[in-house]
Amino acid sequence: MNEPSAAGGASGAPASRFSKSEMMIVAAARELAGQRVCFVGVGLPNIAVNLARLTVAPELELVYESGAFGAQPARLPLSIGDPTIVTGATAAVPMFELFSFYLQGGLVDVGFLGAAQIDRFGNINSTVIGDYASPKTRLPGSGGACEIAINARQVFVIMRQSKRSFVERIDFRTSPGNLGGAETAARIRREEGWLGRGPSVVVTDLGVYHFDETGEMRLDTIHPGATLEQIRETIGWEPKIAEPLATTPEPTAAELRLIREELDPEGAYTK
Amino acid sequence: MSKVASMCDAVAALVHDGDVVAIEGFTHLICFAAGHEIIRQRKRDLTLARLTPDLIYDQMVAAGVARKLIFSWLGNPGVGGLHAIRRRIEPSAATGPDWRPLELEEYSHFGMVGRYTAGASNLPFYPLRSYFETDLPKANPRIRPIKSPYGEETVYAVPPLKPDVTIVHAQRADEHGNTQMWGLLGCQREAAFAAERVIVVVEELVDESVIRADPNRTAIPGLIVNAVVVEPWGAHPSYVQGVYDRDNHFYRDWDAISRDPATTQAWLDEFVYGVSGRAEYMRKIGDERIAALKPSRSALSGEVDYGVYE
Repeated sequence: MNEPSAAGGASGAPASRFSKSEMMIVAAARELAGQRVCFVGVGLPNIAVNLARLTVAPELELVYESGAFGAQPARLPLSIGDPTIVTGATAAVPMFELFSFYLQGGLVDVGFLGAAQIDRFGNINSTVIGDYASPKTRLPGSGGACEIAINARQVFVIMRQSKRSFVERIDFRTSPGNLGGAETAARIRREEGWLGRGPSVVVTDLGVYHFDETGEMRLDTIHPGATLEQIRETIGWEPKIAEPLATTPEPTAAELRLIREELDPEGAYTK
Repeated sequence: MSKVASMCDAVAALVHDGDVVAIEGFTHLICFAAGHEIIRQRKRDLTLARLTPDLIYDQMVAAGVARKLIFSWLGNPGVGGLHAIRRRIEPSAATGPDWRPLELEEYSHFGMVGRYTAGASNLPFYPLRSYFETDLPKANPRIRPIKSPYGEETVYAVPPLKPDVTIVHAQRADEHGNTQMWGLLGCQREAAFAAERVIVVVEELVDESVIRADPNRTAIPGLIVNAVVVEPWGAHPSYVQGVYDRDNHFYRDWDAISRDPATTQAWLDEFVYGVSGRAEYMRKIGDERIAALKPSRSALSGEVDYGVYE
């Protein structure tokens, strides 16, 4: 496997001009081009989705599980229940309506999820590390993630790569992905009447993965400055890698300006 | 007859040891004032239900009022974990042979909303398309698959949740308990209708005519309300849409305060046990911080015309 040419700096851009987090946010935002309704999670998804609304997806309707539809936040909300997502929104609805009519009713194109652990088929753990009854680390749990993974038309995942997070076997399945492979997943989704097609993109601090015909994630682009060695060191299985492997286009000056000046001026997500 | 009561009297009369208590509100309208009064009155063995236990239940668990949590997302949004609760879950935090883990009953958000909905509408379960191929039904056997009576489809069911007492914060109510709220509505209505007893805590007590002028905005009718407590700033560090902002600095500060049991108890001593009620708590928070939480400016809704039909 060849190292991508740009990883060594052939693109002419020193990686220090933008952070790994900024690259991850920009890559995630670009994946939202052409999408209409996106269910936004707390943290990194929040800033990526808001960047997409200001760049590649001006028609994007932001849905927050707290009950805001068509939100236009005037500041980056720390929580997904911030008052800024209500003022100026298209609708503020009870959570019952949001989960029943909007999500389960099939109106959500993209659900954006984070994860503590993910496996090669995009199954997600956000509940516990270790045994459920006697955990090493207790994590937040599902929130709305479980029903988002099942009912959103597709799922995007944004998370940093590490040996602890990209694992052969997750400790708890909070949100289903492609289960044990694409064939089984497609059959179960059809038989059980899930609206969602499952995970389609995983964006990390090192690259962008899509899912191949077997349902396994495949590295399709590597971020400028990242190496295949770093990719392999931070993943708990032998990853599939696209041939030829492209380099993720660098953040543009406009994207960086939006992140630094408008979306996250305090650098809460991008340091 | 007026249902207006002090927080102290309302909690003393309506919250009992061993109760299932729901202080609801999704990020918005979380009644910290009621949680603190429950701590001060040293209630014990409570089962605390909330979608997101949030800082309020972290503080209540730290104070020893709870036996069990019913929940769907256990974290400090955008900040991290809830450390006092984690100390009662993770065996590595065991303090000694008398350490007992907190009992947990865990769902997803939609599952919790469905539980309150079933409780409020007197149904034996609520069906939803969730939990397929996850470990949640194994972790909580009360989440069960059921077959549709009209076809071959299977969905999951969750049981009704009927709190002994639900406590809801809102912008305004009249003396009968007719309550209006705006902004994020969470599942306060469902949790209130599902409950045996309801305490409404408001920023402002208004005349009945104010409620009747805008009936679409009434979330909870006085019919199901047992007590109305007027407690300005009662949701701090949570927020009230149009009245005050979420105190995000406090949510960040709590992460450091709550990492150590000693600093957690010191905080409770100063800000909960050490004050008589919300007014004194807000004096400790201070004018400068309070001023910073006011909205930058108003964003009034337009008026609508209901018409008069005689």
